[in-house]
This record gives sequence, structure tokens and C-alpha cells, in this order.
Amino acid sequence: MSDGIRARFRVDRKEFALDVDLSLPGRGITALFGHSGSGKTTCLRALAGLERAPQGYCAIGDEVWQDETRGLFVPTHRRALGVVFQEASLFPHLSVRRNMEFGQKRTSTATNRFSLPEVAELLGIAALLDRSPGELSGGERQRVAIARALLAAPQILLMDEPLAALDLKRKLEILPYLERLHRELALPIIYVSHSPDEVARLADHLVLLDQGRAVACGPLNDVLARIDLPATFADDAGVVIEAQVAEHEADDLTRLEFPGGHIFVSRRHEAPGTLLRCRIHARDVSLALIPPQQTSILNCVAATVVDLAPTDTPGHVLVRLDVAGDPLLARITRRSAEKLAIRPGLALRAQIKAVALLG
Amino acid sequence: MEDTDLGAIWLTLKLATVVTVLLLIVGTPIAWWLARTRSRLKGVVGAVVALPLVLPPTVLGFYLLVAMGPNGPVGRLTEGLGLGLLPFTFPGLVIASVFYSLPFVVQPIQNAFEAIGERPLEVAATLRASPWDTFWSVAVPLAKPGFLSGAILGFAHTVGEFGIVLMIGGNIPGKTRVVSVQIYDHVEALEYTQAHWLAGGMVLFSFVVLFALYTFNPARRKLA
Repeated sequence: MSDGIRARFRVDRKEFALDVDLSLPGRGITALFGHSGSGKTTCLRALAGLERAPQGYCAIGDEVWQDETRGLFVPTHRRALGVVFQEASLFPHLSVRRNMEFGQKRTSTATNRFSLPEVAELLGIAALLDRSPGELSGGERQRVAIARALLAAPQILLMDEPLAALDLKRKLEILPYLERLHRELALPIIYVSHSPDEVARLADHLVLLDQGRAVACGPLNDVLARIDLPATFADDAGVVIEAQVAEHEADDLTRLEFPGGHIFVSRRHEAPGTLLRCRIHARDVSLALIPPQQTSILNCVAATVVDLAPTDTPGHVLVRLDVAGDPLLARITRRSAEKLAIRPGLALRAQIKAVALLG
Repeated sequence: MEDTDLGAIWLTLKLATVVTVLLLIVGTPIAWWLARTRSRLKGVVGAVVALPLVLPPTVLGFYLLVAMGPNGPVGRLTEGLGLGLLPFTFPGLVIASVFYSLPFVVQPIQNAFEAIGERPLEVAATLRASPWDTFWSVAVPLAKPGFLSGAILGFAHTVGEFGIVLMIGGNIPGKTRVVSVQIYDHVEALEYTQAHWLAGGMVLFSFVVLFALYTFNPARRKLA
């Protein structure tokens, strides 16, 4: 018995090799992150059965979809999954409603957890049902594609860069719906992306792919705070902290609280109590041995050094800190690290110059 | 217009209709296979299907005549089945026309299938549609313009054939004498007025068909 996802694929082609052995949680959003050519899309297609890895094993919970040691391969149309591709790929000869019913009609009603009106409501497309796909905007089309996939009674939702083909405005239009899926549905989602922002905003679990191999796999912050990884994130190194809106203050700042202390950000519209994800880049964190007195930087938290590692530029080091259980990364010069004698176990202050709020 | 002219027109339309229906049935699986296969045989099959485009109708007609004749393999088979011999009969003419017009139906449908691409078929599979289901509910509707072009071209091309009719069908009133042969007969007999009526009718018919094809289906223009 297990509710997790097991995926082991080996593909050897002249121009490309994939060799992964993944054990993923059966809930939440798992991001497959990597640059183009890292194998993330091939991995997703193999999970969906759209490609058959010559050596492969794939199981969702107790259901085995592929086991080449005994020649088992369940074709895509017999797998209880939903796939959302980069382009919405709606059927142009069918209305929005008929598109959404396409998979629904082909699944037994017993397994279907959602009704069409519910899903249309969830994705904000109830008013579009009688339109034809050609009359929709890119963002609307992608929401219909997500709805269509949900109505096919999936046990897992696979998304292949669903926002990559959209401009920023459309992306921002869809992200709240993805967060809503995440909050309201107990459905594991595998999310392929090459955008650190999307990953930081949506993922609970992260798989880092590089040249067909999984170089890291684990809960989002555990992977983000790994300083031993090759410069995959490079300039983008940073962590994600979940903080609660505490108070909107008179001078147009909002105070957010997290176990390690509080941070101030520009005034937010969310009500106190709301959980927000913030991304803190390593390059925006500086270190001080004593609490800084006269500084314009508002956000300063107590931290302990865990370890440090070289970065992709020789003059800098990456310092991993612990802030009351949350990890934090600081990118400082090697000279500063030597001057302050930064070493594991040292207690100090981390000054946060900028916080990117996600959402 | 004489009764023989009307008979020829009726026979021509009947032949073209039967041939078009048969071609859609036979040509669709061939077009699907050609559009989807990665087999090395694709080139061979594609070339064989396209042969009638370049061969003189007499060459095709000659071989079909030999094959369907009393000493040919098809002839022996049809005689063995008690069907008699096919040359100089309406069914024989239908079979010859199916071969002759095959590329005109297969190629537009094949191009339409290829234009769909892999993605809609993959999407259908992720939405629980079996390959057979996908073919009917996604591929065929999306390839509709190709089917329309193929049917129109197949029909029109069958109406316009001459050489192969003479080789296989001969010139039997009510059985194998189609309009093109009738025109030839009129000209031979120096009946230019009758020939004008039929020939003019053919020009008008062909123009209307091609005009409709180009106007309503501009994307397929190059196929004609």
C-alpha cells in the first residue's frame, strides 16, 4: 500500500538520455524544474504513457502503469490521468462545453468527483461554455483545457509548462486558479516548468533535473536551500518562506509574521491571517554580527550559520542560515565572509533587502 | 439531346458516384496509414498510389485489362466465383476507375490527416479515447476539408476519364458508354452540334466544381 508516485525511466537516444528514479508524494504540487533539454517534458510524457521508455516502471498508488520487467504498459487512454499541455490544444470542432465533456463522457460516473458546473465555476469559465475555442483568449483556453482534464476523473494531473506560451498578464490571470486547484482539490499535480518564479509560487515538492538526471528531489525549501548543487539557480538562488499577514500599519506597510520573526512589505490587500509565500533571493540577504543600528534596511532577523559553499563566481560564497527552522540563503563576498569569520554555528543577523511576494 | 446522350450522362453520374463512395472507403485507411506510418514502405506505397497521376490511362487500362481478362489472375478469380469476366461491364469500369482516381482522393485526405499533427490525438488519448474512438471523434472531423476535396476531385476526375474507359469498358450504350466516349462518337460521326452540347456541359460542370473547390476551400488549392 502506498499513495505515492514511483517513476523510473531510462531512455537512451543519440541526442538525449534520460535516467531518473523518482519517488514523489501523492499529494500537493511537485515541480519538475530544469532547463530545456533537461528531460523534464520527456519525463512527463513517459508518466502519461505518451512515450514508452524502453526501461521503465511507473505506478500511481497501487496502480502499476508500466513495468517493463514483465512487459506491462498501460496505454494512455486507460490511465486515470489528466494532461495540460503548453498550448491549450482544445478541439477546434467542438464548443467549450463539448470539449469539457469529451473526457467526462468517456469515464464512468462512479469515478468522477467533479461535475461540469462545479469545475466551470472553479476555473471561472461558466460564462464561456457555449463559445467556440477560437473565440477565447489564450488564458481562457488554458483554463478550459485544465477544466477538461479535471473532468476526465484523473488520479493525477500532469501539466507541461501550462503558462509558458502566455504573456505575463495571462500568466497572472491563471496563477490564482492553479493555487485554487492546489488548495481545494486533493489531487497530486506534476508541474513541469523552467520558471523559478512559478515553481517558488506553486510547488510543495521540487525535482531538479539536469541533463536527463534528477540532481535533487525533496520538499521545496530543502531543495532550494541546498548550496551544494551546481549553479542551476545561479543568480536566482533563494528560498521561499511562508508567512502570515499580521497587520496593515499606518505608514502603508504590512507586517508579515513567520516563525523566525517578522518582515515588512509594501501594503497588501490580503486580510490579516492570510498565508503568503515570499521568495527571498540569496543576493538580497546581507549579514551582520551585531544588530545593525543605523540602517535603512527594515527587515532583520536572527539567524544561525549552517554551512557555506562556493558559488559560480569565485569572489562570492553562499551561506546557508537557519532562521527558527526556516532556511535562508545569503550570497556574500568571500572577503566579507573571512572578515566576519563566518563559520557553522555562528549566531548573527540577516538583513533582508528585498522580499518578492508571490501571489 | 438524344436519348443516348441522356443515357450517357446518367451512366457517367452513376459511375462517378459509386466510384467516389468506394474511394472514400478504400482511400481513407490508406491515407491514414500514409499520414501516420514511420514504416519504410511508406515511400513505396505512396508512389504506387500516385502512379495514375503520371501514367497514360492506356497503360493502366492495358494492365487492368490483362489482369481481369480470362487468363489474368483477377479474371480467373471472378470466373471461379461465377461472376464472369469484368472487362466491358459496369463493375469492371468501376474497378478501373477506382484505381485511376485513387490519388485524387488519397492525397487530399492524407494531407489533411498530416496537418492535424500529433497533439490533438495525444490530447484525446489523455481524455480516455481509444485509438479507434479518436479516429472517428477527432481525426475525421478535423480532416473534413480534406475529405470534401478528395470526394469532389475523385468525382470530377472520374467524370472526366476517357482512355481507361475505352480500354476496359469499351463503348456499350447503357453499360459503359459514358459522356466522354459519347462525345468522341459524335465527333467521329461529324455530329458537331451534339458534341458541342455535351462538351460544353462538361466544361461548365468542371468549372463549377473547381470554382467551388477553390472558393470554399482555399487552403487546399495546391492539391488540385
